[in-house]
Amino acid sequence: MATPRLPAAEFDAEEQLDAHHLPEFPRDPSGMVQMLTPEGELSGSDFRGYAAAEEELPALYRDMYLIRRFDQESTALQRQGELALWVPMRGQEAAQIGSARAMLAQDYAFPTYREHGVAVARGVAPADLLKLFRGVTNGGWNPKDSNFHLYTLVLAAQCLHAVGYAMGMQRDQLAEQSLPKAATMAYFGDGASSEGDVHEAMVFAASFNAPAVFFCQNNHWAISVPTEVQSRVPLAHRAHGYGFPGIRVDGNDVLAVQAVTRWALDRARNGGGPVLIEAFTYRMSAHTTADDPTKYRLAAEEEQWVSRDPLTRVEHRLRATGTGDDFFRQLEEESVQLAADLRASVLSMEAPGLEHRFATAYAEAHPLIQEELQAWRDYEAGFDVEGGAR
Amino acid sequence: MTLNTFNLPDVGEGLTEAEIVRWQVQPGATVAVNDVIVEIETAKSLVELPSPYAGVVAELLVQEGETVEVGTPIISVSDTPLEDSGTPVENPPAAAHVPGELVTPPPPAPASSDAGAPLVGTGPKADSSRRRPRTGRPSGTAPAQPTTTTAPAPATAHVTDVPSARTPAAASGASRRALAKPPVRKAARDLGIDLADVPATGGSGEVTKQDLMSYQAQRDAEQDHAPSFWGAATRPQDERIERIPVKGVRKATARAMVESAFSAPHVSIFVDVDASRTMEFVKRLKASRDFEGIRVSPLLILAKAVIWAAARNPSVNATWTDQEILVKHFMNLGIAAATPRGLMVPNIKDAQDLSLKELALALNDLASRARAGKTQPAEMQGGTLTVTNIGALGIDTGTPIINPGEVAIVAFGTIKQKPWVLDGEVIPRWITTLGGSFDHRVVDGDLSARFMADVASILEEPALLLD
Repeated sequence: MATPRLPAAEFDAEEQLDAHHLPEFPRDPSGMVQMLTPEGELSGSDFRGYAAAEEELPALYRDMYLIRRFDQESTALQRQGELALWVPMRGQEAAQIGSARAMLAQDYAFPTYREHGVAVARGVAPADLLKLFRGVTNGGWNPKDSNFHLYTLVLAAQCLHAVGYAMGMQRDQLAEQSLPKAATMAYFGDGASSEGDVHEAMVFAASFNAPAVFFCQNNHWAISVPTEVQSRVPLAHRAHGYGFPGIRVDGNDVLAVQAVTRWALDRARNGGGPVLIEAFTYRMSAHTTADDPTKYRLAAEEEQWVSRDPLTRVEHRLRATGTGDDFFRQLEEESVQLAADLRASVLSMEAPGLEHRFATAYAEAHPLIQEELQAWRDYEAGFDVEGGAR
Repeated sequence: MTLNTFNLPDVGEGLTEAEIVRWQVQPGATVAVNDVIVEIETAKSLVELPSPYAGVVAELLVQEGETVEVGTPIISVSDTPLEDSGTPVENPPAAAHVPGELVTPPPPAPASSDAGAPLVGTGPKADSSRRRPRTGRPSGTAPAQPTTTTAPAPATAHVTDVPSARTPAAASGASRRALAKPPVRKAARDLGIDLADVPATGGSGEVTKQDLMSYQAQRDAEQDHAPSFWGAATRPQDERIERIPVKGVRKATARAMVESAFSAPHVSIFVDVDASRTMEFVKRLKASRDFEGIRVSPLLILAKAVIWAAARNPSVNATWTDQEILVKHFMNLGIAAATPRGLMVPNIKDAQDLSLKELALALNDLASRARAGKTQPAEMQGGTLTVTNIGALGIDTGTPIINPGEVAIVAFGTIKQKPWVLDGEVIPRWITTLGGSFDHRVVDGDLSARFMADVASILEEPALLLD
C-alpha cells in the first residue's frame, strides 16, 4: 500500500507552475502579448529567438493577404450557389498564419472547420479545402501529406484527438529515440472552450504531460453568444486550473502569435507539457454564410475591430520600413490569379458516386461494408428494368 | 453570344426561397465576376449576391419585392456587349472599404452556362414550411444591415423602404408532391415516372418501392420474365406456345390499325429538329411560379406546336368520307398512351382554346387517368389529330399509323444530345426526330411537308407561338 502523500506534495505542480518562467514577452497595456501595435510600431524586436526576423514579415503578410483573398472568393462562390456552405475567417489571418508558421514539419495540427489559413500554410491546396464545402467529399486531402488533420465539424472533438495523438508521439519517442521531437496543435474557439471535450483533453494532456499546444482563437462570438457568456475570466486563465501555463496573445499580431506559439511548441516538444494559448482576435465576418451577424452584434463593435485589422498593421510596418508598391502590386496580381484558379477548380469538381462512399469507410476491405455495398447494388439494380429515358 | 442565366442559390443551409429586395444593376450594365448584383432576403438574413458571370446584364427576370424559389432564374448576363449598350450603369460600391481589404479582381474566364445551376437548394422543398409574410417593420427600429461578401457596409436607407403590405406567397402554390423515400424518388426520376401518378400504399401515404415496381410492371412484364421465357426443347410443342385471347383493347387496336393501314394510303415523312430551345423553355417553365406543381415536358410544347401548325394547314385536321372531306375547325388532340389495359388514344377536347398552362394540366390529367386505367370511352371518341410520344422509351422515330377517322398523326422521338452543324461548326445540341403519317387521300406530300416544317419550327423556336 502506497504511503499517503501530504497535501502539499500532491499539488507541487501548482508550485512549479508559479515558477514557470514565462519569457519576458512584450505586453500591451491590457497585459496580452503584443509585438506589433495596431499602428504598426514594433514593440519588441527580439526575444529569446522566438520572434520572427523582420525579413520574414513580407512572407507572413503574403500568407495573410492570399488567404484573405481565398476566403473572399470562397464566400462569393457560396453566394453563387457553387458551395453549399462557407465558413469565413476574415479577421483571424494573423492568429492562423502566425501559429501555423510556428510549426515544424513533424508537428501535427488538429483544426476546427475554420482553419483555412493554417491549412494552406501547412501545404494543403486551397481548392482541396473547398471540396468538403461543395459536398463532393467528406475530407479533401490526405492528412499524412501535410500533418494537417481533416476538418472537424463536431465542436471541440479535435482537442481530444490532438492530445491522444500527442500521447502517441510521446510513446513513439520512447520507442524510437531518433524520431524528431514533435508536438500537436489543438485548434478550437471560445465557443468550443465550453464543451466537455476541451476539459477532458486538458485533463489528459496535463496528466500525461502530453506535447500538445491548445490554441484557442477567441474570436469573441460563438455564433451569436459573446465570450463574456463563455467565461468570467480570460480563457487563458483556465490553464492554471489544469496545472499548465496559459498565455493571452494579441491574435491580430502575427509576430506575437508566431513567437508565443514557437515558444509553446518548443516547450512541448522538449517535455515541458501542454500550454494554452488564447489568441485574442475577432471574427470580422459571419459565423458561416448561413449566419447574419447583424442580428446579434452592433456595427460599432465591428468598426472598432477594423482598426485592429491584422493585415493593416503589417502593411503599415512594411511601408514604414521601405517595402515598395511593387511588392503590394505583385501580391494583388498573385491573389487575382489565385482566385481565378480557385474558381476554375471549384467549377470543375465532380462528385464521386455513392459507391465511392463504401470504398472510403475503412482503410481495408471490411466484410460488413462489402455486404452493404452488395445490398445497395442489388437495390439499385432492382429498379433497372426500364431504359430510363427521360 | 452566350446568355448565362443565374439561378437563385440557397445562401443558407436548406433555404427554399428568398425575396428579391433590391437590384443593384439594370439591363445594359456591365458586370464583372463577383460584382454585387442584387440584395435578397431569406428567412435567415439579408444577403448580397455577387455575379458569377462577367458581361452585360441582359434581363432581370424577377421583380423587386417578389419572393421566388431557390433555383429560379433571376438574371441573365450576356457575355458580349449588346449592340447599343448605352451608358454603362454605374454599380454602387459593394461595401465600405476596409483597410487591408482587397478589391474585386478582374473576371476570370466566364463559366459555361450550365455552371449556373446552383449546387444546393434545388431539391424538393420542405412541405409547407413557407415563411410567414412579414408585416411592416416599425419605422423607429434600425434597419437591418446587409451581410456582404466583404465588409459590413454602413446601414443604408434603402432597407427601411419596405412596403408594409406584402402579399403572402400564393397559398395555392401548395405542392401536391407525393411522399417517397429518396431512393424511390431517384428511381422514379430515372424511369421518367411522375410519383404523383403512382398509387401509394405506404403507411404514411408514401409511394413505396413496391408501388413503383408494380406501376412499372405492365411494361416490364416481358423483361421481368425474360430469364424463364424460353421453353425447354424437351417439352411438348403445344406447351411451348402461349395462347393469349384477343379481346378488349388489343382487339380494338388491331381492328382500328388494320382498317387504317389498309384503307388509308399512308405517306410518312420525317424531320430532324434541333429542340434545344424547347428544352430550355421547358426548363424555364418548370422553374416558374405559374407552373409550380405541374409536370411540364417537351410533349407540351409539341402539342402546342401541332395545334398551331394545324391552324396554318387545316386539311391535316380532317376526316375522309368517300363523298366529302370534313375539315374540323376544332382540335380534339389525341395522345397515344400506354396503359395497363393496352394502347389508348384519349383526346383533349377543344385543345385549341387552352392556354399553355391549361394544356399542361390537361396533358397531366389525361396521362394519369390513362395510366391508372380510368380513361372513359367518351374521352377516346371524336379525336381529330393524334400525337404519339415514342421518345419516352428512347426511340428515335417510327412510322405511326393514323388513328381511324383522322388523317394525320405525329410521332415524337426521343430528345438527346447529338452533334449538330451550326454555322459550319459541329456542336452538341438537343436533337429529336419528328415522324408524321398522313392520309394521302386528303393530305398531299407538299401539305404534309409544310405542316411538319411548321411543327418543327416551333420546337426549334418556341417563341414563335407568341405571334
